[in-house]
Amino acid sequence: MAKTLFEKIWDKHVVQNIDGGPSVLYIDRHFIHEVTSPQAFQGIEKRGMKVFRPAQIVATADHNVPTLQQHLPIKDELSRVQVQQLIANCKNHNIELYGLGHPFQGIVHVIGPELGVTQPGMTIVCGDSHTSTHGAFGAIAFGIGTSEVEMVMATQCLMQSKPKLMRINVEGTLNKGVVSKDIILYIIAQISASGATGYFVEYAGSAIRSLSMEGRMTICNMSIEMGARGGMIAPDEITFEYIKGRQFAPGNGQWDAKLAAWKELYSDEGATFDKEINIRAEDIEPMITYGTNPGMGVSVAGNIPGVTDIDEKEKPSFLKSLDYMGLQPGAKIKGKKVDYVFIGSCTNSRIEDLRLVASFVKGKKKAEDVEVWIVPGSKQVEKQAIAEGIDKIFEEAGFQLRQPGCSACLGMNEDKIPAGKYCVSTSNRNFEGRQGPNARTFLVSPLTAAVAAITGEVGDVREFI
Amino acid sequence: MSKAINIVSSRAVPLNIQNVDTDQIIPARFLKATSRAGFGKNLFRDWRYENDDEAQPRADFVLNNPRYSGKVLVAGKNFGCGSSREHAAWAIKDAGFDVVVSSFFADIFRNNALNNFLVPVQVTDEFLDAMFAAIEKDPATEIVVNVEAQTISVPAAGLQSSFDVNNYKKTCLLNGYDDIDYLISIKPAIEAFEQQYK
Repeated sequence: MAKTLFEKIWDKHVVQNIDGGPSVLYIDRHFIHEVTSPQAFQGIEKRGMKVFRPAQIVATADHNVPTLQQHLPIKDELSRVQVQQLIANCKNHNIELYGLGHPFQGIVHVIGPELGVTQPGMTIVCGDSHTSTHGAFGAIAFGIGTSEVEMVMATQCLMQSKPKLMRINVEGTLNKGVVSKDIILYIIAQISASGATGYFVEYAGSAIRSLSMEGRMTICNMSIEMGARGGMIAPDEITFEYIKGRQFAPGNGQWDAKLAAWKELYSDEGATFDKEINIRAEDIEPMITYGTNPGMGVSVAGNIPGVTDIDEKEKPSFLKSLDYMGLQPGAKIKGKKVDYVFIGSCTNSRIEDLRLVASFVKGKKKAEDVEVWIVPGSKQVEKQAIAEGIDKIFEEAGFQLRQPGCSACLGMNEDKIPAGKYCVSTSNRNFEGRQGPNARTFLVSPLTAAVAAITGEVGDVREFI
Repeated sequence: MSKAINIVSSRAVPLNIQNVDTDQIIPARFLKATSRAGFGKNLFRDWRYENDDEAQPRADFVLNNPRYSGKVLVAGKNFGCGSSREHAAWAIKDAGFDVVVSSFFADIFRNNALNNFLVPVQVTDEFLDAMFAAIEKDPATEIVVNVEAQTISVPAAGLQSSFDVNNYKKTCLLNGYDDIDYLISIKPAIEAFEQQYK
């Protein structure tokens, strides 16, 4: 029988099916970080248990860490306690921790792939909704709550109901100035912030195939922003090439066998999906969000929808959102003055993202009244950026290159956007207060962020390249 | 204290806003705690208070409106979207709610809620609208949720509907069972699985 990519991986990991209920699903890799793990460790310790399979867990500190002077003790007491708790818990339970100061430290969804821990065919979880990122390698990867983190620590399994399956095909050639972030912002704007709730999404089509692994990760990363449990892309030569030779990639002795198994990971001809959506790559323009959920997006050259464009029932939420953003229905978004530019997060902080920004800003200076923060996704990305001289380009442009962490994506550390200020951001969420109380967020691609950094306003990258 | 939950009969708090994300339910800056307790006081923090100041409650926010109280939170479509933080479910439960009603729940939130014996009751858009109308008209309106029968009703308004919950989860809710207890009980099967799988 023809199977989808998802079904091939799922079926292989089912330990047990419960009548009229969920399946017991075996988990290959579990990533943990300081924020959603402490209560889980407490839980298993209260039961007098040890972590069941510590070798299948990788830990890092990312959500809460400062992005300046990481060699010094963390100033904020609660953050410091949380990070110290992670260190103690990992030590107690024999878990590998890439904490502050470690050359592998970084955002959990950046380091997993770059270390070769993330591999095709795996089931991968983390107490973070952007775990869907790892699906770019042809893995079933999804975010879980802390009670579930505890379950995986205790038994390496989860109780999961099989989700419905959706395939989104993006066929064609991308326009000039359009990158993977624009594809996913476009898809979410088309199907809304809840359009894929209950589904697991496979992205397919020639425009997806043409993307690098970094580009694919950006797409899968934001699956949750349309409600999807996860997103995935069938692995191919680009995937295998990316993994080969990485720290924890299969070594020479195992590589050929793994590769042969990975090559079977695709949706069979004739496999059925509960829903299928087709998108023309040529229709996608550089995108920006104007509201307070990621589904509220338009072309940077377009206008915010007018009141009459909005369904009667959605109107109160729409107007509340624009009021928060200080924007008018029907207004143009291009030319809007911005105060901050944040380039970072598990969506867009990889070396390719920094290269893209650097290629645009090289030899230019930032607009005077804009503050620009570049936060690399990991120590390895930071090191690579320095090796390539990208740090110098940023320095000359007046950008601040900070140290790795989640930073202003969620403002848990001190990297907060002040109230009322506008931030053009390469992150994944524009929720009210996400980047700091009353901060206003425009989600964009790294290229569009680079334009804002140089011009001080929302601009259309196509006018510059 | 048993966590088990079956019949909840209570007044309700109407939060008529769509796409309520978990950053609104509990902002990230309150996720630094290392225990599960005490999140209720920061529930909807930035909607509840002006300038992050408990001395400045926002009069227009429903949790600050003395007309409304109860164990049932009734919210607009797509409740609990965004981050996977279970702290959102902890905060709602800690604030005294046992049930959240909406016409659509985000997947991770639904799981987190169930794992904390906070019952997510999904109803149709029309039923939700009728509930909002009834509660706003008379804040003393009683809502009755019966987990065993899988029904929700608003007797005074003559409303009744059924809701979905899978049999396994229903058993957990009615008996106070956790998923983790079950998983630990089948550890030999998990170990056997690992043997054939590797």
